[in-house]
Amino acid sequence: MNQPAPRLYKIDFLGKRHIAVWASVILSIAAIVSLAAQGLNFAIDFTGGTVVEVEFVSPADVVQIRQNLETNGFNSPMVQLFGTTRDVLIRLAPQENLKGEELKNRVMGILNHDSANRAELHRIEFVGPQVGEDLVEDSGLALLYASIGILIYVALRFEYRFSLGAILATLHDVIMILGFFSVLQLEFDLSVLAAVLTIMGYSLNDTIVVFDRIRENFRKLRRGEVVEVMNISINETLNRTLMTSFLTFLTVLAMALFGGEIIHNFAIALLIGIVVGTYSSIYVASALALKLGVSRADLLVPEKEGAADNRP
Amino acid sequence: MRNRYPVWKNLLILTVLAFGIIYSLPNFFGEDPSVQLSPNRGAKVDQSTAIQVEKLLADAKLKAKKVELNDKRVLVRFADTDSQIKAEEILKMGLGDNYTVALNLAPATPGWLRAVNAQPMYLGLDLRGGVHFMLQVDMDAAVLQAQERYAEDIRTLLRENKIRYLGVERDKSTILVKFQDGQTMAQAREVIKKEIRGLQLELVEAENTVKVKIGEVEIREVRKLAVAQNITTLRNRVNELGVAEPVIQQQGEDRIVVQLPGVQDTARAKEILGATATLEFRLVDSEHVIGPDDKAPLGSRIYSDRSGRKILLQRKIIVTGDQVVDASSGLDQQSGSPAVFISLNGTGAKKMADTTKENIGKAMAVVYIENKTETRELNGEKVTSKKKVEEVINVATIRDRFSKRFQITGLDTTDEARNLALLLRAGALAAPVDIVEERTVGPSLGKENIEQGERSFLIGFALVAVVVLLYYKAFGVIANLTLVFNMALIMAILSMLQATLTLPGIAGFTLTVGMAVDANVLIYERIKEELRNGVSPQAAIYAGFDRAFATIFDSHITNLLAAIMLFGIGSGPVKGFAVTLTIGIITSLFTAVTCTRMMVNWVYGEKRGVKLWI
Repeated sequence: MNQPAPRLYKIDFLGKRHIAVWASVILSIAAIVSLAAQGLNFAIDFTGGTVVEVEFVSPADVVQIRQNLETNGFNSPMVQLFGTTRDVLIRLAPQENLKGEELKNRVMGILNHDSANRAELHRIEFVGPQVGEDLVEDSGLALLYASIGILIYVALRFEYRFSLGAILATLHDVIMILGFFSVLQLEFDLSVLAAVLTIMGYSLNDTIVVFDRIRENFRKLRRGEVVEVMNISINETLNRTLMTSFLTFLTVLAMALFGGEIIHNFAIALLIGIVVGTYSSIYVASALALKLGVSRADLLVPEKEGAADNRP
Repeated sequence: MRNRYPVWKNLLILTVLAFGIIYSLPNFFGEDPSVQLSPNRGAKVDQSTAIQVEKLLADAKLKAKKVELNDKRVLVRFADTDSQIKAEEILKMGLGDNYTVALNLAPATPGWLRAVNAQPMYLGLDLRGGVHFMLQVDMDAAVLQAQERYAEDIRTLLRENKIRYLGVERDKSTILVKFQDGQTMAQAREVIKKEIRGLQLELVEAENTVKVKIGEVEIREVRKLAVAQNITTLRNRVNELGVAEPVIQQQGEDRIVVQLPGVQDTARAKEILGATATLEFRLVDSEHVIGPDDKAPLGSRIYSDRSGRKILLQRKIIVTGDQVVDASSGLDQQSGSPAVFISLNGTGAKKMADTTKENIGKAMAVVYIENKTETRELNGEKVTSKKKVEEVINVATIRDRFSKRFQITGLDTTDEARNLALLLRAGALAAPVDIVEERTVGPSLGKENIEQGERSFLIGFALVAVVVLLYYKAFGVIANLTLVFNMALIMAILSMLQATLTLPGIAGFTLTVGMAVDANVLIYERIKEELRNGVSPQAAIYAGFDRAFATIFDSHITNLLAAIMLFGIGSGPVKGFAVTLTIGIITSLFTAVTCTRMMVNWVYGEKRGVKLWI
């Protein structure tokens, strides 16, 4: 085993790393352009405003409802169907001097304009603009702290180049999810943000498993090019990476399909995150570490883990 | 070689698992629709209350599943919601005066589980329906009020010391006290400095003015107190609403979250939360008696106390509740009977001193006034009307002249004293509040959310279980058992923490299934790899667990990092997700490594030359 065969791996992942890097770069740029051009479709959690969820007796006329709201002084209301043709979700921008009970009565009055098709209120949420602003700030900080925490931990456990590779791969995933939500203008609420943070942890987890193996193999396989060792490592962990991603994907898919409206976007964000995260931990993280010039010497430094020779 | 754990290790693991199973069990018994009675001011619950309840129900031919009595309330469980709602009405009519009657969903945890203090998780608003308010406390107003209070105190102080002043005015963040000449100014400064603490005094010689600024510490104190007092007030009011298990807590520096599970009538909830209450101190008119036609003599008015007894009070108000700075309950030093200690501000103190000096031996009454707005349905339209409730909560004899600080005795119990102090303190909101967030979840939506959450979890779990079973065979069975244990452990820990389960929390469970199985996958893939390399089965098992551990540990730490960050932004439901995920990550480290190992050891550990079915 100490004399590695010419090729110990089935798939030459890193040989094709340039294609992967380009694909990632192009997709990232697309995501960033979309984020810059049309931004995210923030939910009231972040913008403040009111959400009303109602169920009509018979199918609702979304256009008519929007018009009625507009003529009654609600500027650019968002009216959409969800689930069925009778369930309607309405989003209103923050209103000056109008809130709570009064607002509810006004909106319900407008919705029940057509007495033949009455609406039943399912849910009403009102968020003040200040609360939203605070949340945006807190979320930004949470993302920042998470990134710094990850950076430090990986740098401590491995080496700074790995750390940079890992954090960039993780940010790559974050940008992909945000880009997806921006391009399709899916609603970005607090739960989606939670999903983004979860994916940071998850994708990193994948990356760490690969890095762990790379480190182990650097120590175990005395010879071999850096690229070769990395390729071996990725191949060895491939089964695990795919299996875990597949299983997590299954659970989240169940969430997306059966979990209901409230966690639907949350599940969508996780699904994208899992796919992109799996890809990025195979390609992006290692490719970046390689680009940054990781060498055998960087990882051979002490840490008395003679584990390779310590087998029973 | 053989793979086995020492006996103590096996026992330890089994103990933890048993603990997990027992404490997760309460979550599977559902809830009983029930009615709870909690005593109002002064009233008590005891065996006789329970008997009364049973009698009322028996008269109405309603069958209760169980009537439970504990130190604070009587809980009546029913088999269905129909009898629950009927019972609420009957009990409200029969006992409503002395008890707050509320609908509740009481956990149907069997007695033997309750005996070991096992309780189910608490369901969040999104799962049981209800309203959520976030209130912003107007801090500027609180500080302004404090400034006015200080200005008033300064005026009184100067008057008492016969120091002439031209004016005491508030100017933005300072109070300007103007004088005729420099000498009086200097004199005043000394007096103020001596008598009122926490003020920064600055002399403006040219204008003969003392610039008074409230100190940083005092301002901070005022702000802290404003929130704390508002919370106390709100809690009192919510209790009036008769909501079972309300949540009232501070969020951030100046916000208060109020969650009222099961409440659908937001209008009424807001009326109560926004109500203003105050107090008045009046002399009892002892010279006249109430006429036969309930007519009050000139200069007096008829009031009634809590028990409905009529009392004649003078129209002239001595002091109002706005002038109460602080109130606390305790025991009278001389008689040892329960008492309430009250501090008044300057104006109140002076008025009180003047009145009491002339009325020693006479009785004084405390009147509690509440302005409530009520919304009623009238011909299909909602009509809002204001209602003023006035009741005498205490009558006491004036024994001596008093002013700023005094005490009220003649209260029956220490409980009553505490309540009175609370009302005096918390009668009115310390600072105005503004509703900045409001969420209402209908009960049907809550039910739907639970069902969808549970369904998606079960389907997700089943899919994973099947794949793992097909792929890892015998080891798959073990991994699935481990998953079940893991879920039980998470549930047990959440239940013990009495955490709130939300829909995102259920999502956390579902996601944990996928993440927790990762540890098993890591170990199993490693074992397979070792086997492919031609290592003996026992050695493969050993190496698989051994090598995979470092990786599992690293990957768990990173997941944990991200989960902890979630707390940072976590408001409400997202926090539930973060909690579940965090606990899930920690427990899965235990179950995947030790439980799996134990089971693998049992199945394969003792045999030589066995073929691993993996």
